[in-house]
Amino acid sequence: MKINKNIAISDTGFVFNPINGESYSVNPIGVEIVNFLKEDRPFEEILKTMLNKYSVDEATFEKDYADFVNILKHHNLIETNE
Amino acid sequence: MEKLRYERPVIKKLEAGMPNKFGLRTEYIPMTHIDGVAVKDLVKEYGSPLYVISEETIRSTIKKAKKAFTTRYPKVQFAWSYKTNYIDAVCNVFHQEGSWAEVVSGFEYDKAMRNGVDGKKIIFNGPDKSEADLRKAIENESLIHIDHLDELYTILELTDIINKRPKVAIRINMDTGIYPIWDRFGFNYENGQAWDALNKIMRSGKLDLVGLHCHIGTFMLAASAYAIAAGKLADLAIGIEQKYNHSIKYIDLGGGFASKNTLKGSYLPGSDTNPTFDDFAEAITTTLLNSNFKNNELPTLILETGRALIDDAGYLIGSVIANKRTSTGKRTTIIDIGVNLLFTAFWYEHKITPAQPFTHYTETTQVFGPLCMNIDVVRENIDLPLLNKGDHLVISTIGAYNMTQWMQFITLRPNVVMIDTNEKVHLIREAEKLDSITSHEKMPEHLKKFEL
Repeated sequence: MKINKNIAISDTGFVFNPINGESYSVNPIGVEIVNFLKEDRPFEEILKTMLNKYSVDEATFEKDYADFVNILKHHNLIETNE
Repeated sequence: MEKLRYERPVIKKLEAGMPNKFGLRTEYIPMTHIDGVAVKDLVKEYGSPLYVISEETIRSTIKKAKKAFTTRYPKVQFAWSYKTNYIDAVCNVFHQEGSWAEVVSGFEYDKAMRNGVDGKKIIFNGPDKSEADLRKAIENESLIHIDHLDELYTILELTDIINKRPKVAIRINMDTGIYPIWDRFGFNYENGQAWDALNKIMRSGKLDLVGLHCHIGTFMLAASAYAIAAGKLADLAIGIEQKYNHSIKYIDLGGGFASKNTLKGSYLPGSDTNPTFDDFAEAITTTLLNSNFKNNELPTLILETGRALIDDAGYLIGSVIANKRTSTGKRTTIIDIGVNLLFTAFWYEHKITPAQPFTHYTETTQVFGPLCMNIDVVRENIDLPLLNKGDHLVISTIGAYNMTQWMQFITLRPNVVMIDTNEKVHLIREAEKLDSITSHEKMPEHLKKFEL
């Protein structure tokens, strides 16, 4: 699972998809996750990093992560031809 | 190292189009405190959900309402509308502020008497007054507002048994330009029913006709309707004076003033558009002062305002149970407050404010209550900050009707607390327990045992 390589992401959370011209706004935690996905980092590593950094439990993050990734897929921001 | 506050990741598509000229955000500041008391402390002590009443807000609101009327008219009397919120502590704040009691059932009548209200200062409205209720009201010299002829005849029969002249008024319904007309209560002005009832009362010689009453509707958004109502009641009062040489002591314009809530479908928030006490007062008193009452015979103006006096003083604290998505991907949040506790969610777009800090990121959210029932929707669409499970939120302007129309459906009613003017918290209604419900049930002997 990897973010489409064409997608442009700014540090402030502005996401642009040049293929269809759509743009999105992502909150800071979302930007971190998108960047992890861009680097093709495995979920376990993302989870560990986030649990160390934020006051969140594993179940909550796992649930929110799955929901976020689903929405990224919904917007065709994730490569699905793996 | 202290961990950073977590906010769930969110992505929002940026849509080109006409921006909302009133802005995109609904909330900027979390409501961490109510009247100086921390929401998290209230939840810790009294649980969630929790009703919170601000005594300070009640007192300042009634003072504002009184000022609007007493600065324009010499004789004004407020009567607290029990059906709007009849928790004893709430009623007594109003009574301490000088309000009489306005009740619409035998139950409410008994509650007002129990609170220590002088029977002579209880206004008894409503279509369902039993013979026993009427007997009590006559004995206590309460002000009986007659709703229909059957009630009038019952009162006349009682005068043969009770050695007291009942003090009565009639309720009058009328066209004030507001539709639909509330014509199911009382006697109609336009078609002559009102005069018919007044003639019967005056010719009986057994009753003291002391007032005229109307209640033209609820959540009225046009103060001008009250001017029409006041004009028609004044016309009747002057007519009675001319015909029977009898002075009416008071004109009661009932309740119905809109609070600052926002009705569903409104383009602008109610706090910006709904009439103020001054608007209502100006419309009513100008009409009465311009009527043909003799200078020293102005009737007392009675107001039974409920909603507009208590709505702002009520808060409902709740917690997030879960975040979900619907089949179409729409964000939904389930909270522990449903329509069982927030009956007014059926017609208001209630303001919901998180009780902890949040960022400027929001999601368009549908807010559901916890009931296993499809109609349990608190808000259809609201831009809410990103709430996590267990987060607290505060729903504002809920003081009217929710603590009387609440439903005991699949769960128990929670605690109600009042924060006094010194920021001290008082439990004014204890949360129900299983026994509160089951103690009223009876089990037939043959159903006591079963095997599965």
